[in-house]
Amino acid sequence: MKLKSSLLMLCAALSVAACTDPNRFGGGDDALATGANGAVAGSASDPSSPAYFKQAIGDRVLFAIDQSTLTPEGRATLDGQAVWLLQNADFTAVIEGHADEQGTREYNLALGARRADAARAYLVTQGVQASRLQVVSYGKERPIEICSDETCYAKNRRAVTVLAGGLSS
Amino acid sequence: MMYRVLCALVGVCLTALIPTLAIAQSGPLRIEITEGVIEPLPVAVPDLVAETAGSAEMGAQLSRVIAADLIGTGLFRELPSSAFISQVTDFGAPVQYADWKAINAQALVTGAVSVQGNQINVKFRLYDVFSGAELGSGLQFAGTTDGWRRIAHKVADVVYSRITGESGYFDSRVVYVSETGPKDNRRKRLAVMDYDGANVQYLTGSDDIVLAPRFSKAGDRVLYTSYETGFPRIYVLDVGSVQRRVLENNQGTMSFAPRFAPDGQTVVYSISQGSNTDIHSMNINSGVTQRLTNTPAIETAPSFSPDGARIVFESDRSGSQQLYVMSASGGQATRISFGEGRYGTPVWSPRGDLIAFTKQSKGRFHIGVMRVDGSEERLLTASFLDEGPTWSPNGRVIMFARETQGAGGRSTLYSVDITGRNLRPVRTPEGGSDPSWGPLQP
Repeated sequence: MKLKSSLLMLCAALSVAACTDPNRFGGGDDALATGANGAVAGSASDPSSPAYFKQAIGDRVLFAIDQSTLTPEGRATLDGQAVWLLQNADFTAVIEGHADEQGTREYNLALGARRADAARAYLVTQGVQASRLQVVSYGKERPIEICSDETCYAKNRRAVTVLAGGLSS
Repeated sequence: MMYRVLCALVGVCLTALIPTLAIAQSGPLRIEITEGVIEPLPVAVPDLVAETAGSAEMGAQLSRVIAADLIGTGLFRELPSSAFISQVTDFGAPVQYADWKAINAQALVTGAVSVQGNQINVKFRLYDVFSGAELGSGLQFAGTTDGWRRIAHKVADVVYSRITGESGYFDSRVVYVSETGPKDNRRKRLAVMDYDGANVQYLTGSDDIVLAPRFSKAGDRVLYTSYETGFPRIYVLDVGSVQRRVLENNQGTMSFAPRFAPDGQTVVYSISQGSNTDIHSMNINSGVTQRLTNTPAIETAPSFSPDGARIVFESDRSGSQQLYVMSASGGQATRISFGEGRYGTPVWSPRGDLIAFTKQSKGRFHIGVMRVDGSEERLLTASFLDEGPTWSPNGRVIMFARETQGAGGRSTLYSVDITGRNLRPVRTPEGGSDPSWGPLQP
C-alpha cells in the first residue's frame, strides 16, 4: 500500500511539470520561502502545498450519470488524497459534491450530498480522521463546464476536496 | 398600501354577487374553463374616463393593465379601440349596446378614475353586450397612486370571476430567484414581483447562492435556502420588513427544500446527513422537529395538501425518482407516479385535486399534472429543461422555469394553463427561476 502510494505520488509529481496554467488550477500562496526539498513553499512543486494536492494528486473524482459510486480512477485519486492528508495533518477539508444540469434542483442537491459523502467515507476508510472532513453539496448550482452535452456533464458530476487550514492560516 | 372595496355603486357588496352569477350562468356571457379549447371571448376595454383633471393618462394605463390581465388568460381577445363606434366619455351615460354588438364585443368593461394627491379612486362596470345588461353591479376601489396596478388587477379579477365563475389570480405576487450571468458564474438573488412581472423588489443580495423561495399561504413570509454559512441552510424571511432568521444551523448537515404547511407554523424540509436525505418537519415557533421519512433513499421536495393532512414528495427508494404521498405525520407512503421517466418537485394544487410535477423522460423535461392518486397524468410542456411548477391561487395556471440549452443558456419564467394551452413567458428584468405564487391579495 505504502509503495503504491509512493508510486502514485511520483507519477503525479511528474505530470505536474507539464502544467503551465496557474489560473486553471489556482495557485497556492505567493510566499517565496524555500522548503526543505528546495521547492518554493506553497507552489505546486512543494509536496506539502495545497497547489500540489490540487494538481499533482488531483482534488476531484468524477461520477457516472445519477450515480454516487466511486470509480476505480476515483478510488486511486482518493488513495493519493488520503496519503497526503495523513502526511499533512494540519489541513482539514470540505468535500464539495456536484451534479450536472440534468436533474431537478432539490434532487441534485441530495445527489451531490451522496457523492461528497462517498468521497468522505472512502477517505475515512483510508485512515483520515472523520473530524477533519466536512461535506457540502452544490447540486447543479456550480458547473465548471457549461456546454449541454456529456463532455461537459462528465466533468460537472464531481466531488472536489477543498483544503482549508494548514500552517499558513 | 391598504385598499378598500368601497362597495357597489348601487349598494350591493361583493359578497352579494352570488345571485347575479347564477343569472349570468344561463346567459351568453359565460366561459366554462373546464371545456378545454375555446374561442377567446371578444372584450372591449375603453380607456377609463378621467373624472379629475390630469387623470386621463392614468385612465389609459389602467385599461391597458385590465386588458392585459384578461388577454393573458387566453380566454379573451381584445377589440382594438380603433374599431369602436361608441366612445365612452361619460361613465354614467347609458351604454349603446348596438354599437358594441356591431363590432362583436361580447363583454364591455367601462370605468372612471379620479386622482387627488396620491389618492386614486376607480369605478367600473361590466356589461354583457348581447344580453344588453350589466353583469353584476358596478364596483369601486380606492388606494394610493403608487398601487394603481393593483387596482387594475382587482378590476380584472372581478371581471374574470364574473365571467368564468372562478376566483381570479391577477392581484397576486410571485417570489422567485432572479438570475444573471453565465451558467458557470450565475448570480442569484431573491425577488418578489406582481404575477405579471411588474414591481420587482429584491429581497436579498447576490453574494450567496439562494434557492427555491416558498411563500406562506398568507403571503407574509418566505422560506428559502441560502449558502450564507457555506452550507445550505433554510431561512424564514418576513416580506414586509425583509428581516430574516436561520431556521436551524446544525453542523454536519445540510437543509433545503422547505415549504410551509397551510397553518403557517409548520415547515417541512429535507435534511442531508452523510449520504442520506430525509424529510423532516419543524414547528417554527417552538423549534420542535420530527422526522417524517426514514429510508436510505433520497427523500425531498415535500408539499402539503391544502387541508394540511397529507404530504406529496419525491423519493428514489424504488431505484428512480418517483412521487409518493404520505400522512403529514409521516409513516407509510404510497407511490403515485408510474409513467416512464423520473418525476420530481411535486406541488399540491390549491383545490386539492391535482399534483403538478417536473418529469424527465428521454432527455426532455416536462411540466405535468396528475390526479392525487396518480391517474390522468397530463404533460403540459416539453423542452430542454422545464422545472419547478407553482400554482396560481385559483389552481388554473402553473408558473415554472425554463432553462435554455448550451453555454449561453438562460432561465426564464413561463406560465401555462392546466389544459396545456396559453404557454407564455413572464417578463422579468433579469432571468428567473424557482417561482412560488402567493395568494390573491386582500
